[in-house]
Amino acid sequence: MTDLRSATRRDFLRHCLAGAVALGAGRRPEAQQPPLAAKSRVVVAHDPLLRGTGSSVDASRIQVLLDRAMFALFSHDRSIDTPLAAWRRVVSPGDRIGLKANTLGGRGIASNLALIEAICERLQQAGIKAGDIVVWDRDSQEMERAGFKLSVGGNRVQCYGTDRVNYEDDLSAYGSVGSRLSRILTRYTDLLINVPVLKDHDGAGVTIALKNMYGVIHNPNKYHPNGCDPYVADLNMLPEIRSRMRLTICDATTAMYEGGPAFKPEHSWQCNSLLVSQDPVALDATGWRMIERKRAEMDLKTLEAEQRSPRYIMTAADREHRLGNCDPSRIEVVEINAAV
Amino acid sequence: MLCELVQRQGGLARANRPEGAPLDRRSFVMCALASGVALGELAMPAVASPSSLSSQSGPQAQSDAQFVVEAKFYDKLQNKKIKCKLCPRECNVGDKERGYCGVRENRGGVYYTLVHSRVCAAHIDPIEKKPLFHYLPGTVAFSIATAGCNVNCKFCQNWDISQSRPEQIPADYAPPQRIAALARQNNCPTIAYTYSEPVVFSEFLMDTADAGHEAGVRSIVVSNGYIQQDALKQAYGKMDAVKIDLKSFTESYYEKVVTGQLKPVLDTLVTLRKMGKWTEIVYLVVPTLNDSDTEFRGLAQWVKANLGADVPLHFTQFHPEYLLKNLPITPVPTLERAKAIADAEGLHYVYIGNVPGHPAQNTYCPQCRKMLVERLGFTASSLLIRKDGTCPFCRHQIPGIWHV
Repeated sequence: MTDLRSATRRDFLRHCLAGAVALGAGRRPEAQQPPLAAKSRVVVAHDPLLRGTGSSVDASRIQVLLDRAMFALFSHDRSIDTPLAAWRRVVSPGDRIGLKANTLGGRGIASNLALIEAICERLQQAGIKAGDIVVWDRDSQEMERAGFKLSVGGNRVQCYGTDRVNYEDDLSAYGSVGSRLSRILTRYTDLLINVPVLKDHDGAGVTIALKNMYGVIHNPNKYHPNGCDPYVADLNMLPEIRSRMRLTICDATTAMYEGGPAFKPEHSWQCNSLLVSQDPVALDATGWRMIERKRAEMDLKTLEAEQRSPRYIMTAADREHRLGNCDPSRIEVVEINAAV
Repeated sequence: MLCELVQRQGGLARANRPEGAPLDRRSFVMCALASGVALGELAMPAVASPSSLSSQSGPQAQSDAQFVVEAKFYDKLQNKKIKCKLCPRECNVGDKERGYCGVRENRGGVYYTLVHSRVCAAHIDPIEKKPLFHYLPGTVAFSIATAGCNVNCKFCQNWDISQSRPEQIPADYAPPQRIAALARQNNCPTIAYTYSEPVVFSEFLMDTADAGHEAGVRSIVVSNGYIQQDALKQAYGKMDAVKIDLKSFTESYYEKVVTGQLKPVLDTLVTLRKMGKWTEIVYLVVPTLNDSDTEFRGLAQWVKANLGADVPLHFTQFHPEYLLKNLPITPVPTLERAKAIADAEGLHYVYIGNVPGHPAQNTYCPQCRKMLVERLGFTASSLLIRKDGTCPFCRHQIPGIWHV
């Protein structure tokens, strides 16, 4: 005869376990999730003359490119009449802003310094104090190798890695992810502007906006199996990340279509572009298509044919996560050419 | 000093816990007492004084170079990629990336361990705490760990070191000869590789075992057994005794709770048996997840058929920890049920662990049923087994290495 009482208890415990293994602590009820925009706008701003006659990005031209991209991002709003007005839509005086760079690839394929400076310039013009801006990644030495000059303290823009302040002692958890978060994120920023690069990734397919959050946690090595799926999506669901994320400015001045994430000059190209969006999923979907176009141009197989399509992007858009749109019919890609 | 490491990272209590399961308040006190007695007897000052580095809030700046040694078990692939051959996961690692363990890194197509001599925890433990019950009972082991692990158990008690990258936690440079010398100096007949997962620091383990043997100190390892056969034979071939955490007897549990596989662990146990290594098994009983009669019976039958009836099997109590905080402590009757099933299947040495004072912590002669080793907490309070390893009452041979 079945022991109903013990069966009930067992079922209860199993139910507990489902939550435990799934790390239910960070799970939000669907009803509480922010509404997903019917259509997400991604601006792809291109300037074929971005480098002038040299190989380095021209600081003044990238400032213009950024302005045009930001203006285009909010051009549907008639109250936005200048690029600065667009910035004021994103940030407010008193906000502490984190610019999450990507410096793993070194000088060859890190977030461009001129772009970072351009963003910092506009943030300050929008009323953010220099000392309230922190440019960061996981490791100070990696940042220095990528050309960043560290800056800690004073009224200047701050620039350092998580190694300077450590990770939180407690875990943050959602779904398959349980990690300690960078204290830069949790203690020194109110809002996050994600500044990833556009590149191929041998395991995940591509690494752009969503996966750049691997640099926020202490244990990214645990989340590379299965093409980083569903880990990338689950990570971006952590309230500490999701509640702060305001804008992604993807540096595609130099991009990689193969051989990532380490820099491989033979597989990179001067894309001379920026991708800007408030929807990181839509931005990733758009960047993925750009990489696939380049791969086709170079007679390489698609990422799917290589069995490394970035499935995590679709997961990020599914009913459980709703981090953004990845269906092309729900993404409005606005292409602008700053040279025109 | 090396032994200050444990305090410097605030991990004394953690490192004091028994292997395989966390402690409740009561057993922590027992553990502390046991360690205290052991340390007192040895007049061990090593763990006493707080380090001058203890005020640091973040990880200390470390020179990376002294810890970096080319890894032993990997294949080079095209485009500066490598395939790790240390554990069954076989990570394909691109340039500048690390494997799942987080402590092995591809630098320009050459794979390196980042934790050679990078000791993040060191302590002198009773060997019963590993637990090894049939190997030099009543002795202490110089116990060390580095950062890193090749699985991610949702119940891990030492997750703050096992699931961290080496640069994220304080560590000292402690080369193999230094470890061997410290063990000898502190009257430890064994060096134990433990706390995190020794598989991931195999190179350091091998070199330290060699240094220890040269100094007359043996080596024991506390491991998940999730390792490839070639690496197993080379690395654990240098060990004098092994404790394997067999975390479940189902693949689904290994997949969902451990993030690993069962089959390679069973293969490890069989190979260790063939190698003649003294091996004991710990099975952490987690309520509702791996506590069915079917699983206990299957496990016991497999152990008897593949390893023999004399292999000690420890059923230990789970305590909520890390990512499994909403399950209860394993009820003692569940552990007793597991033992009863294993006993009934014919295993001779089935223990209940992490329940201080339980009679199933003692060793009994399977022939005359007399108590031969009495244990209190993590100390063996009486050892009656004769020098030749036989029962003093009936002369039955009791398997194990009982005397130094």
